[in-house]
Amino acid sequence: MSQKIHVAVIGAGPAGLAAAANALAHGAQVTCIDANDQPGGQYWRHRLEQPGRQPGVQPDSTGHHDWKTYLSLRAAFDAGIAAGTLAYLPNTQVWMAQQREDERITLQLTSATAAGTQAPASTLTADRLVVATGAYDRQIPIPGWDLPGVMTAGAVQALIKGQGVLAGQRIVLAGTGPFLLPVASNVAHAGGSVLAICESADLSGWLKNLKAPLAVPAKGIEGAEYIWDLLRHRIPYKRSTVITAIHGAEKVEAVSIARTDKTGAVIAGSEERIENVDCVGLGFGFTTQLELLTAFGVATHMDVDGSLVADVDEFQLTSGANVLAAGEVTGIGGAALAVAEGTVAGYRAALGSGQAPQQSEVAKELKTISRHRAFARAMHQAHQVPDYWSGNLEEDTVVCRCEEVTAGEIIQARDELKAVDARSIKSTTRAGMGWCQGRVCGYAASCLATCGDKHEAFAQSVANTYKRPVSIPVPLGEIADLEDSPKE
Amino acid sequence: MAQGSDVLIIGAGIIGSAIAYFAAKQGLGVTVLDSAGPASGTSSRCEGNILLSDKELGPELELSQYSLGVWKNDLAEFAQLWEFEAKGGLVVASKESSRASLDRLTTAQRSNGVTAEILDRSQLVDAEPHISPEALSAAYYPQDSQVQPMLAASWLLRLACDAGARFVPNARVTALHQEHGRITGVRSTAGFFAAGSVVNATGTWASNIAGMAEVAVPVNPRKGFVMVTEPLPPKIFHKVYAAEYVDNVGSSDAGLQSSPVVEGTPAGSILIGSSRERVGFDGSVNLEALKAMANNAINLFPFLRDVKILRHYHGFRPYCPDHLPVIGHDERAPGLWHAAGHEGAGIGLSVGTGKLLAQALAGMDTDMDLSPFAPHRFSNQPLVSKES
Repeated sequence: MSQKIHVAVIGAGPAGLAAAANALAHGAQVTCIDANDQPGGQYWRHRLEQPGRQPGVQPDSTGHHDWKTYLSLRAAFDAGIAAGTLAYLPNTQVWMAQQREDERITLQLTSATAAGTQAPASTLTADRLVVATGAYDRQIPIPGWDLPGVMTAGAVQALIKGQGVLAGQRIVLAGTGPFLLPVASNVAHAGGSVLAICESADLSGWLKNLKAPLAVPAKGIEGAEYIWDLLRHRIPYKRSTVITAIHGAEKVEAVSIARTDKTGAVIAGSEERIENVDCVGLGFGFTTQLELLTAFGVATHMDVDGSLVADVDEFQLTSGANVLAAGEVTGIGGAALAVAEGTVAGYRAALGSGQAPQQSEVAKELKTISRHRAFARAMHQAHQVPDYWSGNLEEDTVVCRCEEVTAGEIIQARDELKAVDARSIKSTTRAGMGWCQGRVCGYAASCLATCGDKHEAFAQSVANTYKRPVSIPVPLGEIADLEDSPKE
Repeated sequence: MAQGSDVLIIGAGIIGSAIAYFAAKQGLGVTVLDSAGPASGTSSRCEGNILLSDKELGPELELSQYSLGVWKNDLAEFAQLWEFEAKGGLVVASKESSRASLDRLTTAQRSNGVTAEILDRSQLVDAEPHISPEALSAAYYPQDSQVQPMLAASWLLRLACDAGARFVPNARVTALHQEHGRITGVRSTAGFFAAGSVVNATGTWASNIAGMAEVAVPVNPRKGFVMVTEPLPPKIFHKVYAAEYVDNVGSSDAGLQSSPVVEGTPAGSILIGSSRERVGFDGSVNLEALKAMANNAINLFPFLRDVKILRHYHGFRPYCPDHLPVIGHDERAPGLWHAAGHEGAGIGLSVGTGKLLAQALAGMDTDMDLSPFAPHRFSNQPLVSKES
């Protein structure tokens, strides 16, 4: 009898759950490592389940789409735990991932067991790794974006889904992309007022490429529901409109918005103020959480939306031996795509080293992936990250919030010290050196360093910001206590 | 023929930038090329040390003292640009035996002009309140200083440009141009550059440039890691290291060595070093090195156990077998000059090197004898170990 393939899955969102479930279905021994306290990821984030919840008692589904998919993946996940074929490590993060000489994978784990306490360090070795670490909202600096009350659109959403908390009563959402719609919808359902959705795109991009969205009718139905919500709650949806400044003394009080022309430039005289705002949610698409993959040196490319993403083959294998990737890390495309990719990755990861993958085993998912990737491309083309913000910065607008580095300091380093990429900006100004290690400001710093160039230099600069050999902060004591030889 | 300059410097790290600054100040026409941008090699992967405490007696200590004077006097007006800080070094002894060797070391150093005093346990606790209870005594070196190395390199280059130098980034040198047995320029990815003198200031990569002139300059990489903590309120006030550090610096062992060097920075993060290993340009993470550094640092400052590491980085020190840099004209390849191989002391030695080399390039007498650093001290044999 051959030994079971040990598959480590990082992330328990749509892609990770699907990967774990399908690897289990194909006979693998699975370990799923997740930073959250319960499975679901950002997309299926939900209220804390009651301790000792009986199997079959369903978690709260408020504000969710595809909840049936979650429940079925969750059932397979829970069955794996019960059968002992799945080890689930919640509240756990990987701070370093390495490939061993025998091409197996070693992960260094750190766990937050309770506030302020750390579980002992541990090391995990697996035959295959599926990285399904997802993405987070891309932020760009806007004067006033560091005021209390300003947060990512994803944070507004997470507070509702995870805690049932409304981040404000009078909310402005701004940025680009369809994700602003479900956030508005959830805010309205939770009883908040969305004063405006400022969408920087003019949406004509969708008309240029209707084939892709029409091939994914589910997205159309979902979109129609959101539009119905906007109408029902009288939420103003402003196209070609950008947020130019956020005002307030102690916290956000008002925002300035303006219309943009076809080139994306702000139209002079179109500015208006929205008063009595107590929360602003910003989201300019997403940034992939890729550092565990770049640690292996896998091949990456810059996607249509300016995100660095991992190259994968049709079975989600990266260029790194035994390293697979699924979900947003291969290109921002939403939960349905992530589930399909995770399912394929789970199948591929569970295969023995001599077995060739068969398309027929995952034919349905491969079709879904192809249609949803086309949809994602159309979406990215219709919702390109706007450029107006760089001309809109004030000298004292903070770009790197961890180290409090201003736009003026970054531009000085670029112009006077020839800091021509995010790495040299970081060396000379400390932008990107703080707690988040450039996760928030890396995109903006790269744009500023390369003067808005969106080609080779920009791609290289962004790629460099992903070099984070310590993926998440880890206590020195855990490094000191590392085991000498990794346990199996 | 492209317009020529008096001096063409290959490399815009701290050494090349310092030479550019002093050469431009001498009135020489200077062009600096770099395969990337300023400080893109080892200069941005180090701690910015300006140390006397760890130097062996002899030419390196002399150059260190001279260079410290350049930092403090010639460049005094710019000190804030690169965060010059005379933070002082503490070499801590935790064993009776190391306590005795510290006494001997400081006596010898003092007779060579280094300010060094022995602190007893209570004086040490006054200087570093969070030091380990195991620490017995320390040698205190008030002259030990630090700069922010990327800022230092970038600003020296900028000041050189203000004084007339020209900087060409993204210009990788592909060949040295020779005429009548003399190096008279370089070919690069940014074109041909003619020059009266060509200076190889490419640090750890110096043997590649030397190889283009078929001369051996045996600079090899000696890898080291630095770990960086979360920002904290000031808790460590000096550059603090253990007595065994001084032995490791002077060692030639290829295997992994680790000795603690711990210091606070103006930004609040604490830098934790050091490791040394000769593994070529292998950029992979060595967990054994990180583990040893973590244990060593916790032994010096127990509170560090619970402090979080945000990142680590590694660099490749330009290592010469005899631990001395290569500075001066290469008689084996007329027209070619070298300023490389400063190992872990490049930041400290940079401005002294730059000033002395600029004097030599201008045909002046140098303030200090450069012959101990002469490139042709190495026989022109092919490199014994080709680690690149």
